[in-house]
Amino acid sequence: MILPRRLTMVLDRVPLTVVQRVADLVFQQAIKQHPQLFDRLGTHAGKRYRFTPADLDLSFVIEPQRKRIKVYRKKATPTVDAAAAGPMVTLLALLEGRLDGDAVFFSRSLTLTGDMEAMLALRNALDDCGFDLPTDLAPAAGPFAPVFRQLAQRVREHALAGIA
Amino acid sequence: MELICPAGTPAAYREAADAGADAIYCGFRNDTNARNFPGLNFSTPELVEAVAYGRARGVGTYVALNTFMRAGDEDLWYRAAGDAVAAGAEALIVADMALMAHVAERYPEQRLHVSVQASASNVDAINFLVSSFGARRLVLPRVLTIPEIAAIARNVNCELEVFAFGGLCVMAEGRCSLSSYVTGQSPNMHGVCSPASHVRYREDGEDMVSELAGFTINRFGPGEPAGYPTLCKGRFHIAEDDGYAFEDPVSLDVMNHIEALADAGVTALKIEGRQRGKAYVAEVVRRLKDALNSAPADRAQHVEGLRLLSEGQRTTTGAYEKKWR
Repeated sequence: MILPRRLTMVLDRVPLTVVQRVADLVFQQAIKQHPQLFDRLGTHAGKRYRFTPADLDLSFVIEPQRKRIKVYRKKATPTVDAAAAGPMVTLLALLEGRLDGDAVFFSRSLTLTGDMEAMLALRNALDDCGFDLPTDLAPAAGPFAPVFRQLAQRVREHALAGIA
Repeated sequence: MELICPAGTPAAYREAADAGADAIYCGFRNDTNARNFPGLNFSTPELVEAVAYGRARGVGTYVALNTFMRAGDEDLWYRAAGDAVAAGAEALIVADMALMAHVAERYPEQRLHVSVQASASNVDAINFLVSSFGARRLVLPRVLTIPEIAAIARNVNCELEVFAFGGLCVMAEGRCSLSSYVTGQSPNMHGVCSPASHVRYREDGEDMVSELAGFTINRFGPGEPAGYPTLCKGRFHIAEDDGYAFEDPVSLDVMNHIEALADAGVTALKIEGRQRGKAYVAEVVRRLKDALNSAPADRAQHVEGLRLLSEGQRTTTGAYEKKWR
């Protein structure tokens, strides 16, 4: 499922600093709740990974060991150890382990480049650690956590139905 | 028939157990199992937890120690066997006869299954493993037709398990060294076929090119379903032809032959795929369990759609029907 053009046009106009703050919040919240991620990554935690949503002019570079995420416009993306590109919804579904990475690869919806050992380690680590974005991020919404979680789950349900 | 399901991680184990697996096979994070991939597999404490999770739901845990021991490193395999027994595994799945002997001598009460990697594909070989090591079950290599399986079942004194769904090897299980020719590592000795450290993908125009240890092994055109980067499923230029010399990127599916397999004497069906994600495990286990619980005429509807999750997005009955001879 590709994000609707009207939505991508809006998202691509959001200043990078704002996207960076949101990405930081999501990333820090997620790794705080799933520290076991690093155990499975082993030495690959020190590598740099890039995730590029095909439908957005954004690129996310993650450094697990440094617990850092950095957002770039596509043309300014730095060199990394391993990279994956595909529709934003597909990347998020893979993050949560709701899609099988091999099946998505076979379908050619996902492009992989670079250090495949590192990428495979990250895939397997993510698959095991049970990210659930609506639940993981809900605490950040404070008193609105239940509403946020419910809304996010509905959005996810709709998005996943678009992939199936 | 018993449905044996794969788990590469504790999360996949839980998904398989919740989706209806009768037993789940898994392995340790080292060279002792034939899916020794980065980030995959179980630590000893994780195995202990998994066994408990399975037991609480009536699901058995089989631990795959299905690589061949390297000279001088035997202790790694012996320790793994001891850890699996201590964790309470219902069965150990073993390929190396020396490890079978070790398990039979040290843990005579432990249920022993012979791995597909042992490549035991005839009555004499199977009877030898049963009488020598007390093997209770044998996983048959994917080289036999259903009538051949029936002929074996009539003459052996152990349970027979066959692969029913998932990845398909080039039919030389336990003996394949293709990967080691270019990477120095093989599924038999290191638990990896085409180790990820040697795999690279690159975009060439609209094509996707897969490389193993610097060798181009396949090129997929725009939109063409891809396969694993294994040499056996590489495309080769031979004489004037370009194509798959060994095997197409395709997966096994014999769910339309369940009655014939049961009649042949098969007691357990195995799903391949410890390297797959928990989403795949949950979906395949649930659908195959539903299929097994359905009348034959209704079976196809449960399995429909799994093809899209398969390598090359195609399935085959492989040697079970052996249409090529």
